[in-house]
Amino acid sequence: MAQNNFAPIQRIVSEQLKGTGRRLFWLSVAFGVSALLCIPFVDLTWHTVEPWQELSRIGFGMLTPSFAQIGLTELINSLGYTIAFAFLAVVISVPLGVVFAMLFHWRLIRWAMASVRAVHELFWGLLFMQIFGLSATTGLLAILIPYTGVFAKVFAEIFEQQSPLPTQSMGKKAAMLSRYLYGVIPQSYSAMAGYVRYRFECALRSSAILGFIGLPTLGFFLESSFKQGDYSEAASVFWLFLLLIATVRYWLKPKLWWLYTLAAIYVLPESPTVHGATFWQFFSQDIWPKALLRGDFSATTLWLDKQFWRLAWPAMGTTLALTQIALVLTGILTLLLYPLATKVIVSSGIRLSSRFVLLFLRSMPELMLAFVFLLLFGPSALAAVFALALHNAGLIAFLLANASEAQHKLNATSAYAKRAFDRYGYQELPQRYATFLAFLFYRWEVILRESAIMGILGIATLGFYVDSAFEDIRFDRAFFLIIMTALLNIAVDSVSRTIRQRAGLTTANLAVR
Amino acid sequence: MVFHLEQHTLFYGQASQSHGGAAALSDISLSIKVGEKVALIGPSGAGKSSLLSVLYQNADEQSAWCPQDGGLVDALSVYNNIFSGGLERHSSLYNALNLVRPFARPLAEIMQLSQQLGIRDKLFISVDQLSGGQRQRVALGRALYRQQAVFLGDEPVSSLDPLQANELLGLVLQKHKTAVVSLHNRRLALQHFDRIIALRAGRIVFDGPSKGLSESHLDVMYGANEDGAE
Repeated sequence: MAQNNFAPIQRIVSEQLKGTGRRLFWLSVAFGVSALLCIPFVDLTWHTVEPWQELSRIGFGMLTPSFAQIGLTELINSLGYTIAFAFLAVVISVPLGVVFAMLFHWRLIRWAMASVRAVHELFWGLLFMQIFGLSATTGLLAILIPYTGVFAKVFAEIFEQQSPLPTQSMGKKAAMLSRYLYGVIPQSYSAMAGYVRYRFECALRSSAILGFIGLPTLGFFLESSFKQGDYSEAASVFWLFLLLIATVRYWLKPKLWWLYTLAAIYVLPESPTVHGATFWQFFSQDIWPKALLRGDFSATTLWLDKQFWRLAWPAMGTTLALTQIALVLTGILTLLLYPLATKVIVSSGIRLSSRFVLLFLRSMPELMLAFVFLLLFGPSALAAVFALALHNAGLIAFLLANASEAQHKLNATSAYAKRAFDRYGYQELPQRYATFLAFLFYRWEVILRESAIMGILGIATLGFYVDSAFEDIRFDRAFFLIIMTALLNIAVDSVSRTIRQRAGLTTANLAVR
Repeated sequence: MVFHLEQHTLFYGQASQSHGGAAALSDISLSIKVGEKVALIGPSGAGKSSLLSVLYQNADEQSAWCPQDGGLVDALSVYNNIFSGGLERHSSLYNALNLVRPFARPLAEIMQLSQQLGIRDKLFISVDQLSGGQRQRVALGRALYRQQAVFLGDEPVSSLDPLQANELLGLVLQKHKTAVVSLHNRRLALQHFDRIIALRAGRIVFDGPSKGLSESHLDVMYGANEDGAE
C-alpha cells in the first residue's frame, strides 16, 4: 500500500521540478538569442589599434596617484560636494517617499512615481541646469526627484509585506496616518533603514557622475583629468571615490543624521537666486514645441512625427539593443564570477580576492567605467556594454554569493560533491538559478536607464540625442526625447514584471531594485 | 444582538466546494446577545480562529480584537503598543506627537493599566525584548485600551501561568460587556464563561450554557476519547 501511494507522488514532484527547470532554461535561451539578434544593430567594433599601450599608461597612473594639478583644497571641496548632494537628496527624498508610499493606492501617485524614477538623474540634471545653472539646486533636485520615486515604490512594497494584525487590532476608525505611524512604519523600520543605507551608496555614485555634466563633484575632476590624459591625477580621484564608497558603513551613523545634514547644508555651494518667471517660462514655454503653443495641431503632429521617426525611434532601438546585449553579458559574467566569491566553492584566499574585485565593480558607477573603457576601445558601444555588464555582474554576483553562503550555513551537510565543479553544477547553480534570474530581471530596467544615459559619452543611445538637443538649445526636442526614454523605461519595467510573475521569479532582496 | 450568523460557510483561501477544498467553517448558525460571555473550545484546526475573524469582520466598529500571536509592533515600546489601541480617540497630530513624547493623560491611564497587567516596569522597552507571556499581556493591554463593549480574543491567555491567566481573564471580562474568547484551558472556560460553543472540523458540535458542565464533558467535545491524536 505504502509503495503504491509513494510512487506517483514522487513522479509528480520530479515532473514538476523538471517543468520549472525547463521553463527557466528556455527563458534563458530566449534572452540569449534576443541578445545575439541585437548585435548587428549596435556598433561593437574595436576602434583602437593599440589598446595595450593606453592600458599600461592607465595602469601606471593608477599606481602613481597624484593630485598636484587639482590641488588638495579643490579635491576635498569636490569630495564635500559629492557627499553633501547625496546626503541632502536622501534626507529630503526619504520622507517624501514615505508620504507617497502611504498614498500608493492612488493610481495617479503610482503613475507620477513611475514617471519620475524612469528619468535618469543626469537627465534631470541636464533639465534643471537650464534653469538653475551649475548650482546646488540642480545637483539636489537631479538626485532627489528620481529617488523620491524609487523610495515611494520600494517603501510601498515593504509596507505591503507587513503583517496586517497590528493595524487590524487598532480599529478601523483610526486615522490612516496614525495607523501608519503606530503600525506599518515601525514594523517596516529595519527593512526601510537597510534600503536607505543601500540607496545612499547609489546616491553617492549619482552625485559623483553629476560631475560629467559639469557640477563640481568628483566626476568633474575625473573626467577632465582623464580627458587630458593625466592618469595619475585621475587615479587620485578614482581611489578617493572608491575609498568613500567602501567606508560608508563605517562612518554613516544613522543617529548622527542631523549633524550630517547641518554639515551638508554648510558645505553646499551657493545657488544663484532664480526668478519665478524664468522657472515658469521654462516649464510653460521652452520645453513645448512652438507649434503646440501656437495651437497649430497639424504642425504639431508633423513635428512629433519627424522627431519620433528621425530621432527617437532609431535611438530607442539602439538603446534597447545595447540593453539586451549588456543584460545577457551581465548574466554570463555573474555565473562566472559568483562561484569564485562563495566559500561553498572556493578556498578563503580566492574568495577574499574575488570579493574585493566585486566590491570594486559594484562601487564604480557604470558611466565612469564606460568612460575609461572608451579610452581603450575607441568610440564604440563596446565600452558601454562592458561597463554595464561588469558593474551589474559585480552587484548580482555579490548578492548571489551571500545567498549561497547563507544557505550553506543552514545545511552544511549538503556538500556531498567533493570537487568544486561538481558542487557548482549539481548544487550551487540549480539552487541559485531562479534567484539569479530574478535579480537579473530586476536589473533589466536599471540597465536600460543606464544604457540611455551612456549617450552623453557619445554612444548613439537616447542620451546622445538628449544631450545634443540641450546643446543646440532645442529644449522642446530634448524634453520630447526624455519623455520617450521614460516611456521605454516604464514599458520594459512592466514587461520585466510580467515575466517575473509568469516564471514565478521573486526575491525579497531589495538591493537589486 | 451583537452577532448573528446564519448557515455561514467559509473556505480556505480561493478554494471552493466545487474544487473539493475543505471548508474552514461550514454551516455555522449562531447568535450572541449583548452581555453574553462565550468560550469557544475545540481542538486545533477546528475553526475557532476562522469563526473569530468572521465575527470581528461583522462587528469591527465595536470590538476589541486580540489576535492569536498578539499582532504587536516589535519596534515600538510597550507604552506605544498599548496606546495604539486608542488611536481612533485622538487626532492624527496628537498621535504623531505622542510618538515623540507621551502625553500626560494617556501615560497615566496606560501606567495604571500596565500595573494591573503586571508589566508596569517594562513600559518603555520595545516589545521584541519581552517574553511570550509578557507580549501576551501587552496585546491584552492594547485590547483593553480600545475601551470597547465587545472583546474578541483568540487564545489570549495561552502563554500565561494558570494563576495570571485566571486573573487577567477576569479583568478582561469585567471590562467588556460581551466577550467571545477561544481557550484551550477547560477550567478557565467553565469558571469564567456562561456559554460554551464547541467546534470540530468547522462545525458547531455543542452550543449551550456552561452551567452543569464538567471538564470531562468538555474533554468529550474535544474528541479526546475518540482520537487523541488531534
